[in-house]
Amino acid sequence: MIGFSIAVGIVLILAILLLIFRLHTLVNVMKQSDKKVGSGSNKTNALLFIVFMVVSFVLLFWYSVKNFHVYQLPIASEHGVITDRLFWITMGITGVVFILTQILLFYFPFKYQHSPKRKALYFPDNNRLEFIWTIVPAVVLTALVVYGLSVWNKVMSPAPKNAEIIEIMGYQFAWKVRYPGSDETLGAYDFRKIDAVNDFGLDFTDRAAFDDFSPRELHLPKGQPVEFHIRARDVLHSVFAPHFRLKMDAVPGMPTRFWFIPTKSTADMRVETGNPEFNYEIACTEVCGRGHFSMRLLVVVDEPADYEKWKSEQKPWLSKNPEYLAKVPENLKELAMIKSQIETTTLN
Amino acid sequence: MASTVVDEHIDHAVEDHAHEHHDNFITKYIFSTDHKTIAKQYLISGIFWALIGGFLSLVFRLQLGFPNAQLEWLRPLMGKWITTTGKLDPEFYLALVTMHGTIMVFFVLTAGLSGTFSNFLIPLQIGARDMASGFMNMLSYWFFFVSSVVMFISLFIETGPASGGWVIYPPLSALPQAMSGSGLGMTMWLIAMALFIVSTLLGGINYITTIINLRTIGMSFLKLPLTIWSFFLTAIIGLLSFPVLFGAALLLIFDRSFGTSFYLSDIYIGGEALPNMGGSPILFQHLFWFLGHPEVYIVLLPALGITSEIIATNSRKPIFGYKAMIISMLGITVLSFVVWAHHMFVSGMNPFLGSIFMLLTLIIAVPSAVKVFNYLTTLWKGNIIFTPAMLFSIGLVSFFISGGLTGLFVGNSAIDIQLHDTYFIVAHFHLVMGSAAFFGMMAGVYHWFPKMFGRMMDSKLGYIHFWISFVGIYMVFFPMHYIGIAGFPRRYYSFTNFDAFSTFVDLNAFVSIAAIITFAAQLIFLFNFFYSIFKGKKAPLNPWHSNTLEWTTPRLPGHGNWPGELPTVHRWPYDYSKPGAKEDFIPQTVPLSETPESNLQHEAKIVAELKSKVKS
Repeated sequence: MIGFSIAVGIVLILAILLLIFRLHTLVNVMKQSDKKVGSGSNKTNALLFIVFMVVSFVLLFWYSVKNFHVYQLPIASEHGVITDRLFWITMGITGVVFILTQILLFYFPFKYQHSPKRKALYFPDNNRLEFIWTIVPAVVLTALVVYGLSVWNKVMSPAPKNAEIIEIMGYQFAWKVRYPGSDETLGAYDFRKIDAVNDFGLDFTDRAAFDDFSPRELHLPKGQPVEFHIRARDVLHSVFAPHFRLKMDAVPGMPTRFWFIPTKSTADMRVETGNPEFNYEIACTEVCGRGHFSMRLLVVVDEPADYEKWKSEQKPWLSKNPEYLAKVPENLKELAMIKSQIETTTLN
Repeated sequence: MASTVVDEHIDHAVEDHAHEHHDNFITKYIFSTDHKTIAKQYLISGIFWALIGGFLSLVFRLQLGFPNAQLEWLRPLMGKWITTTGKLDPEFYLALVTMHGTIMVFFVLTAGLSGTFSNFLIPLQIGARDMASGFMNMLSYWFFFVSSVVMFISLFIETGPASGGWVIYPPLSALPQAMSGSGLGMTMWLIAMALFIVSTLLGGINYITTIINLRTIGMSFLKLPLTIWSFFLTAIIGLLSFPVLFGAALLLIFDRSFGTSFYLSDIYIGGEALPNMGGSPILFQHLFWFLGHPEVYIVLLPALGITSEIIATNSRKPIFGYKAMIISMLGITVLSFVVWAHHMFVSGMNPFLGSIFMLLTLIIAVPSAVKVFNYLTTLWKGNIIFTPAMLFSIGLVSFFISGGLTGLFVGNSAIDIQLHDTYFIVAHFHLVMGSAAFFGMMAGVYHWFPKMFGRMMDSKLGYIHFWISFVGIYMVFFPMHYIGIAGFPRRYYSFTNFDAFSTFVDLNAFVSIAAIITFAAQLIFLFNFFYSIFKGKKAPLNPWHSNTLEWTTPRLPGHGNWPGELPTVHRWPYDYSKPGAKEDFIPQTVPLSETPESNLQHEAKIVAELKSKVKS
């Protein structure tokens, strides 16, 4: 019943609108207002441009200032400081151009709205003007390019030798992380060795794999270079750590890398943001299927000493899954047991 | 020489006239070879697709703006894609964004825009009877139609339409086990796009041939309206880039169906390791964006061409820097082919490639900037009449500035690390490409409606349509910049899983409401459009006092466009408000010798030379 009355209501409103439209057309025919140029609507439209411009600029500045802390995430990496500086310099330059050109675009229609008394200026070209506004943007853009290149090259430079190497692997729909363990070398892997337990496809013929460990959370040392070795197991994913200004795709069959230096521990950030529950997160930014929006990885940045302590407490993957010792070649079994601390924890 | 050309044209006219008597409903309205009818077919199809594409976006905006809302009421339409708890299915959410993108980019802003206006305006503005090949032109539309049918049906199949994003990156799009949309839906997507590419190529070859070969007497390249220049360059871009997408799609079809490994390697999915080795997903991205980026200009250039024409006409001024505009468009055309990898800065490709593509990308901003300054100077000291078409053109320039400037952020690889695949990108391309091209299309419809249907659209309704759309579009896309700077990734079903993305709940709701209002405003246009086709006021021959050739045809041009001889062109199309002239416009068909009072120095010289030739 309610549905029916709503339908009737909508039909009635439409009918009324149609009647108004019809009346307005007929009145126009009577007044012959469509024969005139620069009629009342011309003035209204010209004025509306000015109103639109003023209201929009007020809204723009008000919102941008008021919510600055909401959209500007705190920066927690060394390169993040320089990429953000580049961002805000670009914002300054484009902001000026934006405001100037939009003002002209809305002011000219108002100022030069049609008047039967005036004739437009016949001004087909002017090479000097064209030259100026080719050269000026070109110079400004060159500056931005040069600056941008220097930043890009710094960010993408090879990682320092002492960087902590951590593997991040994306799969539908989560991340797995792997640390190289005490030998500081990630063990080899092969996607054909992946099974329900061995998510990484660890290759146990490689002795470097014996002490690799895979925690549930990603821990990073504050103030030390870290290099992510990124790969994907099924489809494309993308590692995105917004506070570190870090993003790199995870590609099946093509491992990628990104190195950076975290500058603030989780505890530091909790103080800075005033949020005792603050946590760093990694999200996926390459569409990967149904659970794309839920690929969250918790990241903890520790003080270097805490980080080392945490690392020493981690158990190698092999020790948690001792049945995989069977895959280790006979001649390496003993080494594997030592490195993975199986039954020999006292020896280490 | 000239006289034989004229004779030929007259012969054609007689032939065409004879044909008209045999037209029945089917040859006149369905399998028509008349460029004007084909243009209208494209326009109506484009409007149909725009409504579908717009509607899809409303559904996912509901999800984003009101994540807790009950969507049970959509069940009659969406069936099992509404879960038992009355929520949108996360996988269908991805299908919605994918199909929204595909439909808007290809079916609305490529076919709907180029298809409509290239077809309609090229013969009319260069003074030709029809396209070079009417039959190919008809084929072009009907390939598009079949493509549309396939794509439309894919919306309703049980496993859902393609859902890996409009860029259909493999392996996601190659593996049905990765998501259900990568099954039959993806197959249909690929078939539809293959047909679509055939249609685009057939159309493009025709546009280029027609513009080169069928210009009327006196219509040199430097007397062409900028609309024609833009359609010409657009067709060239399409002709060179669409085949690459065809190749990319073909290899993807092989990977999907015939076990090849062009894009696939080292994959473990659904509990098994796949046998594919040695392929590269990055290869697909290169191939896709080799079309994908020029595609942006395929969408944008016609809109800019249309705007140039409308802004000049309604400012009653010549377009400022006609040659600079052409050079800018040429520059954009060439550069559009060498910037594609700026979509891939963080794809894992070599950072050195990133530097090169960043350099080239920022160069393309220069011709774009020149165009904006030229538009502004055209408005300066004009005598501006606000027709709805003019309002939409000014709106386009505003979007072009707003969205173009953010291109300087995302084109800079170092900044793009943070902004890539966030809402900042969504804001950027919806303004600079989506909304700008959409406004160009609307401007074109309002401006050339009188020529298409011989009747006028209601301008008051046009004003209302413009203002709600203009304000609405800014309300939808401007806030997305903030959301993007905050790092919100695109194609997210919901943001509740992350602490970092827990803000902006209110702003997302605001955007969704703005989107609904903007969509509703398009219904005003629909009413105005269809009502005016049948009941609109009869249009005068040249309602906007414009110079171009299409306004010298009868109110409803028949087959062959001009009864009798084709018009001869004597001047460029932008003689508005020429000092000394009686009226504020001089059509292209008026010889210089008839306007001694307004001729410029070099024009007077030409007239004098001609006279002395005639005497001798």
